[in-house]
Amino acid sequence: MKNKVAITGNEAVAQAMKQINPDVVAAYPITPQTEVVQIFSSFVSNGQVDTEFVTVESEHSAMSAAIGASAAGARAMTATSSQGLALMFEMVYIASSLRLPIVFPVVNRALSGPINIHCDHSDAMGIKDSGVIQLFSENAQEAYDNMIQAVRIAEHPDVLLPVSVNFDGFITSHALDVLEVLDDDTVKSFVGRYQPEEYLLDAKNPVSMGNFDMYDFYFEHKRQQVAAMEAAKKVIEEVGKEYEAISGRKYGLIDAYRLEDAEMAVVVLNSAAGSAKGVVDELREKGMKVGVLKPRAFRPFPFEAVQEALKKVKAVAVLDRAETFSTLGGPMFADVRTALYDLKNDIKVVNYVYGLGGRDLRLEDVEKVFGDLADIIKTGRADKFVNYLGLRE
Amino acid sequence: MTPFNRNFGQGRNTKAVRLDMNWKELTKAGNIYEPGNAATYETGDWRTIRPVWNKDRCIHCLICWRYCPDASIISTDGKFDSFDYKHCKGCGICASVCPVHAIDMFSEDEIDRREEARKNEE
Amino acid sequence: MEKVLEVRWHARGGQGAKTAALMLAESIAEMGKYVQGFPEYGPERMGAPILAFNRISDNPIHIHSNVINPHIVIVLDATLLGPKVTQGVPDDGIYIVNTTKTPQQVRGILKITGGKIYTVDANQISLDTIGRVIPNTPLMGAFVRATQLIPYEEFMENMKAELAKKFKKKPEVIEGNLKAIERAYQEVKSE
Repeated sequence: MKNKVAITGNEAVAQAMKQINPDVVAAYPITPQTEVVQIFSSFVSNGQVDTEFVTVESEHSAMSAAIGASAAGARAMTATSSQGLALMFEMVYIASSLRLPIVFPVVNRALSGPINIHCDHSDAMGIKDSGVIQLFSENAQEAYDNMIQAVRIAEHPDVLLPVSVNFDGFITSHALDVLEVLDDDTVKSFVGRYQPEEYLLDAKNPVSMGNFDMYDFYFEHKRQQVAAMEAAKKVIEEVGKEYEAISGRKYGLIDAYRLEDAEMAVVVLNSAAGSAKGVVDELREKGMKVGVLKPRAFRPFPFEAVQEALKKVKAVAVLDRAETFSTLGGPMFADVRTALYDLKNDIKVVNYVYGLGGRDLRLEDVEKVFGDLADIIKTGRADKFVNYLGLRE
Repeated sequence: MTPFNRNFGQGRNTKAVRLDMNWKELTKAGNIYEPGNAATYETGDWRTIRPVWNKDRCIHCLICWRYCPDASIISTDGKFDSFDYKHCKGCGICASVCPVHAIDMFSEDEIDRREEARKNEE
Repeated sequence: MEKVLEVRWHARGGQGAKTAALMLAESIAEMGKYVQGFPEYGPERMGAPILAFNRISDNPIHIHSNVINPHIVIVLDATLLGPKVTQGVPDDGIYIVNTTKTPQQVRGILKITGGKIYTVDANQISLDTIGRVIPNTPLMGAFVRATQLIPYEEFMENMKAELAKKFKKKPEVIEGNLKAIERAYQEVKSE
């Protein structure tokens, strides 16, 4: 393997940003994202990138500046975590509704309170309905690869939506991992030059963006965003294929691990999918037919791919690293269960909320989940469909 | 990569946005490509009082032209010509700034009544 | 190496355990192995007990949970010797301790019968070679000796490159650090 390096997730993402060499980065530091911005700003001050770095006073301003830059015609990025994303929330909707291809890493961290700096997906789930594309990354390699592909996905003329690249705070961001980086020229030619069809600084073709919509047009413009999300599914796959050609690594909407003949499956995002794969390998050796489904794209939700991957299993456990407080389990549970409902295969779908505030997901926890699924298959009953994994009951 | 599904958001090809356009026909994100298109929005029906020009008093200083917030004073060859009643909202600023009281504001109701009365007489 | 080798570092905030765990991982990665290096982030205060972890394998590592059953335990501060150090460690575990005590004495404190214990006076070594007490680099030398996982010469070559990268602006400390690793490699006592 050439260009193999041992770096942390944050270093990998900063490296990807360096190779993408965006026109504008506007960001505000927040744990655990800080290093991304800090390392990238050193690239700026060392003249290793041509980026205009805008130091802003908040995440709300960070996204606002990125929106302004992107609308003006620049390739713009920001980056954040947790409370930062929460403060950015209002502008995330503006970015997606203005159809601006802003790429921004989100280093997943719990939301206060109680105050906590560790990993869960509450921050990302807060913007799941905002119209941004959300890619999730199992490890530093995927975070790096997703960043580079995100640029192409966001800027595709059928899509034109912001893309957030999620990876787990501390677990991925601060852990040193071995990954392969592409050389600068390969990345440069893959992302290409950003040539927006329309932008504010195009004096010859004036355009007015961010206009006022009444009830007579707003609805139609929202429908356009849905169409862009729908188109994104195909674009994510196409860009993934192109990326495989330059990297040798496969990327699609989902990652189906040992699911071909599986009777039981766990659906889980980000780094926990890696731990689940480790458990699956062990249980397979004991003869259990188990597998893991890791959605890479969470928005748009690849329900067709999820249906296809899970249509033959008998029982599914969805692991959510976020609560909805709906008393109906986590956010991904609702989506997976909805996707499987129409299959009418009587697949039992249960939910486990795990890892809130950085609580470690232990291998025994995943083993327990598969044990529960085996019981459900044996008895044909799933009485309790929302469970808490690793919680002191 | 081949473009596909590009039948929505017509972009620059769409000039005037119309209410009967569906979501596929409308411009992306509601972007507007035609400068000065506010002219297509006729604000004249907001008006309840109407400015009327007194030709004999007017000294053609065009102070009204400068002050009108809706660009509804039409001038020709540096002289007062007429009001653009399609856009005039009847704010009365022109009448108020006129140094020689050459613009009078009349209620639209009053004007309607007078016109009806005149028609009846005929 | 069949399975993933797991390492746990016990230290106090400020002793450089996180740096050591990451540097160790980087130099082992240089040798073509797959590694992880990560600290346990808690309230970070100078002097508070902290943990850091490594995973080392010949194959890509999927697992991202904390290390629960480390085969190797490295203790940067002898005042931390206690039940937490032996927690989850298998009977044939390896302990590498920075202390002036003998391996026998450490065995007594840890109250264990199995396993292998290595001791090295990393404080004195770092004082002699680097000029102040930073026990993290010498302990890497002890690690190489104790585990026999990687050839010493090759490790030193990689470490030289790592240090050169890390101390680009302070080249004078590179030599001292290398000397510290070398001395610890030679002076480590075992039982």
